[in-house]
Amino acid sequence: MNPSLFSDTLRRHGLELARGVTSTLQINVGLTCDLACRHCHLEAGPDRVEAMRHETVEAVIACAGRFSFAAIDITGGAPELLPWLPRLVCGLASLTPKLIVRTNLTALTRPESDALPELYRDHGVALTASLPAVNAAQTEAQRGVGVWETSTAMIRRLNGLGYGVAGSGLELDLVSNPTGAFLPAPQAEAEKRFRQDLERRYAISFNHLYTFANAPLGRFRAWLERSGNLDAYLARLEGNFNPCTLPGLMCRSLLSVNWDGFIYDCDFNLAAGLHHGNRQIHIAQLSQLPAAGTPIPVGDHCFACTAGSGFT
Amino acid sequence: METYYDPADLAAFGDIGKDAPHLAAKFFDYYGAVFAEGALSEREKALIALAVAHAVQCPYCIDAYTTACLEKGSNLEEMTEALHVTNAIRGGASLVHGVQMRKIAEKMSL
Repeated sequence: MNPSLFSDTLRRHGLELARGVTSTLQINVGLTCDLACRHCHLEAGPDRVEAMRHETVEAVIACAGRFSFAAIDITGGAPELLPWLPRLVCGLASLTPKLIVRTNLTALTRPESDALPELYRDHGVALTASLPAVNAAQTEAQRGVGVWETSTAMIRRLNGLGYGVAGSGLELDLVSNPTGAFLPAPQAEAEKRFRQDLERRYAISFNHLYTFANAPLGRFRAWLERSGNLDAYLARLEGNFNPCTLPGLMCRSLLSVNWDGFIYDCDFNLAAGLHHGNRQIHIAQLSQLPAAGTPIPVGDHCFACTAGSGFT
Repeated sequence: METYYDPADLAAFGDIGKDAPHLAAKFFDYYGAVFAEGALSEREKALIALAVAHAVQCPYCIDAYTTACLEKGSNLEEMTEALHVTNAIRGGASLVHGVQMRKIAEKMSL
């Protein structure tokens, strides 16, 4: 499969991928992570030192103040490992109706993160946590040994603060990526099953489950190549292309800021090095939000967001 | 090495309709309806199909329903248990015929 195949597929369907109204700011604070998950499209891990500098954090907060974002989404790596994370959370919380922090759950259990759950609660931060499966074997095959126990224990602690508990207003959503070279389970059925199993077996709760295909990038792509799964996986993604997913794709409404301050249309284009507008634009220089209709650069990884019910 | 079962042939299953399209259409329509969400979920049906695939030892079906089970959210623990159900019924079907063996042997023995 070549990179232009996604463009060809769009053309065959008479479609174009272009930006709509920008409503979400996603901030990737860096590639440092306590885990080295085997599906990570960014190849984040304990050995990575790329992290957002303090002046970039301030530039991001200033940008959020200049514009109006319906949601701001902090991701990584593990955001908890960024020393300026409390500043980022406090600086952004009043600038958006919805501030989301993504967590791998294990990074929240480090002693240095001890005050973060209460900080999140006090600022009404919504948490999106990674949990690929309702069993230890699949979870740890993707995320590493010991992750299951640590993750479920942290969800229990978050539940204790009100996160994921009905009526508390504190949102705890889970994200499940498949633990191999196959497509994700349908979201509604998977959510029902996660809710039943996690409540019954582990007495933990959450608000929503999102199931997303793994993007064939970074460490996951390297594994696909090594294991001889790449061609079949790409063919599977392409074969499940669903043109109805296009209007809701996140790259149409999201602006993704990398740890170095440069902007992209989504976190996958960030990983693939495909800049927004095909040129380097720094968040500090952003004087207006992208115009609707601006073309979005694409690659074969885009099939991961258009397969089945899509990645929005 | 060439084998009778080439995984790539699975994608050509639809070709079976080339010389009897009306029959193939009826079969594939029925097949689709069988596996749609009903009183049983798609995930549960895929697990049953996986178990039956092992009973009839169809490599195409094992390939297709291993993938389907994973994509419907089942895990290897559940899939392995499903195979043990196959095995228990297959083994049990052999063993229960021991009743016939015993009846015959007892009838003709002192």
